[in-house]
Amino acid sequence: MSLLEVKGLKASYGVVPALHQVDFNVNAGEVVGILGHNGMGKTTTLRSIMGFVKVTDGDIVFEGQSLKGLSVNARARRGLGLVPQGRMIFPTLTVRENLESGIATGKQPMEPIIDEMLSLFPRLERLLDRAGGALSGGEQQLLALARCLCRKPKLMLLDEPTEGIQPSIIDEISDTLKQLAKTTDITIVLVEQNLDFITGLSDRVYAISNGVLDRQIPEEQLKDSRAVSEFMGFVT
Amino acid sequence: MDYVLIILLEMLRAVSWLVLLASGLAIIFGMMRVINFAHGEFLMLGGYITIMTHNNGVPLWISMLILAPLTVGIFGILVERLVIRHLYGRIIDSLLATWGLSLLMIGGVTLVFGNTVQGVSTPFGAVSIGEYSIPLYNFVIIGFAAAIMLATWAVLKFTKVGLVARATMQNPDMAETLGVRTTWVYMATFGIGSAVTGLAGGLLAPLTGVVPSMGVNFVGQSFITVITGGASMIAGTLSASTLLGTVSQGVTFASGPVYGDAALLLTALVLLRVLPQGITGRIFKKSL
Repeated sequence: MSLLEVKGLKASYGVVPALHQVDFNVNAGEVVGILGHNGMGKTTTLRSIMGFVKVTDGDIVFEGQSLKGLSVNARARRGLGLVPQGRMIFPTLTVRENLESGIATGKQPMEPIIDEMLSLFPRLERLLDRAGGALSGGEQQLLALARCLCRKPKLMLLDEPTEGIQPSIIDEISDTLKQLAKTTDITIVLVEQNLDFITGLSDRVYAISNGVLDRQIPEEQLKDSRAVSEFMGFVT
Repeated sequence: MDYVLIILLEMLRAVSWLVLLASGLAIIFGMMRVINFAHGEFLMLGGYITIMTHNNGVPLWISMLILAPLTVGIFGILVERLVIRHLYGRIIDSLLATWGLSLLMIGGVTLVFGNTVQGVSTPFGAVSIGEYSIPLYNFVIIGFAAAIMLATWAVLKFTKVGLVARATMQNPDMAETLGVRTTWVYMATFGIGSAVTGLAGGLLAPLTGVVPSMGVNFVGQSFITVITGGASMIAGTLSASTLLGTVSQGVTFASGPVYGDAALLLTALVLLRVLPQGITGRIFKKSL
């Protein structure tokens, strides 16, 4: 049984349709990528799964149960985590407080989890007392990942984690996610435009175009970013 | 020397008075960006509960410190559930709805208790400083104003609840993705803000007495303090109360209470002209 099944999903912003047909599934422990140009529905797909966007048809099934009617926070408590586009760091909270905000609703002690995150993201250690809003984009991205991971999500939704980030930190993010995927049972759905990043990290990649997601990029093409570009129509 | 001490104490009382009046409003506006135009009537309700329960045999301190905040807090939660939660993000609509609520409360209380001033005697009496005397109850006002500010700061800074509240205040959508039930946070915030207002109403009742329309006298000072303070809930309330309270009380001593009130308004006007985002929009920006 898949951990996540998205079946015939249609979604809209008010009366404006955004997703026309989204079908894909994610097995436990997989990293699944979704690739597409700007404005094709990548972010809307993740936001629909998280519960931010009104779903007009279809269903999202997580661990065998429909998420229909569940609020965003209820989905989060079921085990979904989101690292949103733009990071959405709490700007006046310190780095430590941002991390603690990921655990504050639970009963578990905070310190061991924060120590675990600092070992995964050592760059954050010297920034612990700095305000989240004062960090660079790359540091904020690391913090957003760590904050999400504090909750130990079963499924992490990653929205363009490389957007506007310096290359050295992109490598750091990629290495950390690879290590996580190898050493834990976390499942990741990754939305990206960065071909190297997505193909280097994902077990499977879907293509999305004009709000329609139903094509999986053939596995043999995944290791060749040029072949993926051709599949997506990025190059002619 | 005694006169200077009296002036300083009176200034401190005036600052504390503004802190008490504005704290509940600052919590609700600072955390939720909801303008509760019925704030004055929440104060009035706290005052009535104190006086009515005390006149019916309940010890004054229980009426003032337990029953008034508890009742107004529960009333606030009901108002949030029935009215405010439908109006989040609609600042003008929430202002109009709470204005309507204030009129309803004034009418309701007038219907039940009539339109006459009721009161209780101020506890503790007075203490002499040289040839002057000052009510001991002033120190109660000063103590509770400090305690409310300190408790609010400590809860926000050192508790999980405070952390969740601050995160929700900054980005409710993100807080939701971290499992925070933001609707509960808003409900609790409105309830706590209302309870603090009820406590303030209870504490002020022995000084001012109660009458259904008394809220009108306080709502202006409360709003001026909160707006002048700016976005930071505690630093804003404290800095604005200190500035406005000191100026108005200083002028009151020099020229009388009418000039004192005028000085308060004038100071707020000049300050908002110079600092449109309030004091904490420019200084103490990162404070709570």
